[in-house]
Amino acid sequence: MSSTEEETLMILPKKKFKILNLFWIILFVVGLVVSTKVTKTSLGALFANFSQFADIFLQMLHPNWSYLGAVIPLILETIKMAILGTVIGSILAFVYSLLIARNIVKNKAVTGILRVIMNIIRTVPDLLLGAIFVAIVGIGPVAGILALAICTFGIVVKLFYEAIETIDPGPIEALTAVGANKLQIIVFAVLPQVMTYFISYCLYAFEINVRASTVLGYIGAGGIGLYLQETLQVFDYPKTGTIIIAIILVVVLIDYVSSKSREALMK
Amino acid sequence: MADSAVKPVIELKNVKKVYGKDVVGLKDINLTINKGEFVVIVGLSGAGKSTLLRSINRLIDITEGDILINGESITKAKGKELRMLRRNIGMIFQSFNLVKRSSVLRNVLTGRVGYYPTWKSTLNLFTKEDKQRAYDALQQVDLADKVYTRADELSGGQQQRVAIARVLTQDPDIILADEPTASLDPQTSRRVMQDLKMLNEKHGMTVVINLHSVELAQEFGKRVIGVRAGEIIYDGKMSETPKETFDQIYSGGDQDE
Ligand SMILES: Nc1ncnc2c1ncn2[C@@H]1O[C@H](COP(=O)(O)OP(=O)(O)O)[C@@H](O)[C@H]1O
Ligand SMILES: [Mg+2]
Repeated sequence: MSSTEEETLMILPKKKFKILNLFWIILFVVGLVVSTKVTKTSLGALFANFSQFADIFLQMLHPNWSYLGAVIPLILETIKMAILGTVIGSILAFVYSLLIARNIVKNKAVTGILRVIMNIIRTVPDLLLGAIFVAIVGIGPVAGILALAICTFGIVVKLFYEAIETIDPGPIEALTAVGANKLQIIVFAVLPQVMTYFISYCLYAFEINVRASTVLGYIGAGGIGLYLQETLQVFDYPKTGTIIIAIILVVVLIDYVSSKSREALMK
Repeated sequence: MADSAVKPVIELKNVKKVYGKDVVGLKDINLTINKGEFVVIVGLSGAGKSTLLRSINRLIDITEGDILINGESITKAKGKELRMLRRNIGMIFQSFNLVKRSSVLRNVLTGRVGYYPTWKSTLNLFTKEDKQRAYDALQQVDLADKVYTRADELSGGQQQRVAIARVLTQDPDIILADEPTASLDPQTSRRVMQDLKMLNEKHGMTVVINLHSVELAQEFGKRVIGVRAGEIIYDGKMSETPKETFDQIYSGGDQDE
């Protein structure tokens, strides 16, 4: 008995990587020390102010529920911004993706230029976009919607054009042979193969937009972020707590519904 | 040849195809196919059969020469003119090329797309007659009970018959089939060949098939064209073609023509 046990133990391959793990830990610690030195951050301050942090946190844990009446309309505005931004951005991304997919547009110059433009748009962060649009169209939700639309565009266009480029080329060939024109080929051979992906990517962008839209108000681009900034400025942490809890609830709920829908789509 | 009742539907004139810089697809092909013929093209893999077939409906652009469909040059045709010529040429593929996520009916209806303006077809405004036509076509290939099934739920043989129903709905004068049975088992292959024979005999369509199987070629073909290294090395009636000719066509080029 014991000998066979020993044998199986001997067969069992030894767990490797122990040394590697140690290496990662050392690298992490060294990295932390070096980076605080270089950026002149004081790790001590983080702990010294801990009591203050705990105090704020405690205040937030006692939210001011009477404030909820003021929060809800703005939460709704935030969601509306996210929806509109998603819809506008997705429509733009839909058309643009078809123009940069190399199995649809054969002209490499056209797709190349449009892709460079796409990549430039994709590098601009959402808060910067918000600030730019506040400067252009003024304070309010329109700026937020435009910023979210561009963000959505950036997310959806990349995923969607890549999905288009990986479709089965057979139906395109068949439709070409039947005498279909470009648009008919897209409608009958391309879209049936990628529409579920497109919807899934839009939902994914929507999830990101709901989160992003909650902070856009901070820079005056509409939505709940405005109150977040106001209450923080006057140190009214119970109200801040109310807002944060409301945001978390909405984000979790929308994330859940959206990701379940995406799962159902991909079945 | 001089028979005035015989009408050429496909004419290849000094057709040459070079892929890239120096890969020869076709060398100086001259070929006339008349109305109502049932032609099988045989040859080794890489001989140029697909290139020849795909040149006819211009899925491939040829390098030199001219191809006429019912006397009209498809080589020179552009835009709508080209689409009109293609509408009159049906094609069957080895890999069926159905839209897998769409229903059988929708796949069959795509055969009619060339007859509609873009907006009408895009909005799925197919006429009652065309829907009936599609359903009739499905009945002819014994798939009437699968109208609303998703294409990818069918077996390979059934998918190929949906493709045949699509061509039947398209109602062209010419059918090109590029190894239509290569991914099917022998029994299903014969069924598909019988359906193609039906298109030829019952609907008077001119059929040109690339075939890998000599048995199927001998059983169904009326005219045989042997291709090797981009050239036509044999062209004759099936009834007058001895078995040795096939051996020569498939001999891999170690024998002279
Ligand atoms: N898209 C292509 N690019 C380059 N060479 C090709 C291409 N398609 C076919 N060829 C070449 O052309 C020749 C004929 O191919 P093909 O017509 O597919 O033969 P078959 O259908 O008889 O097997 C082969 O040498 C093949 O490698
Ligand atoms: Mg081939």
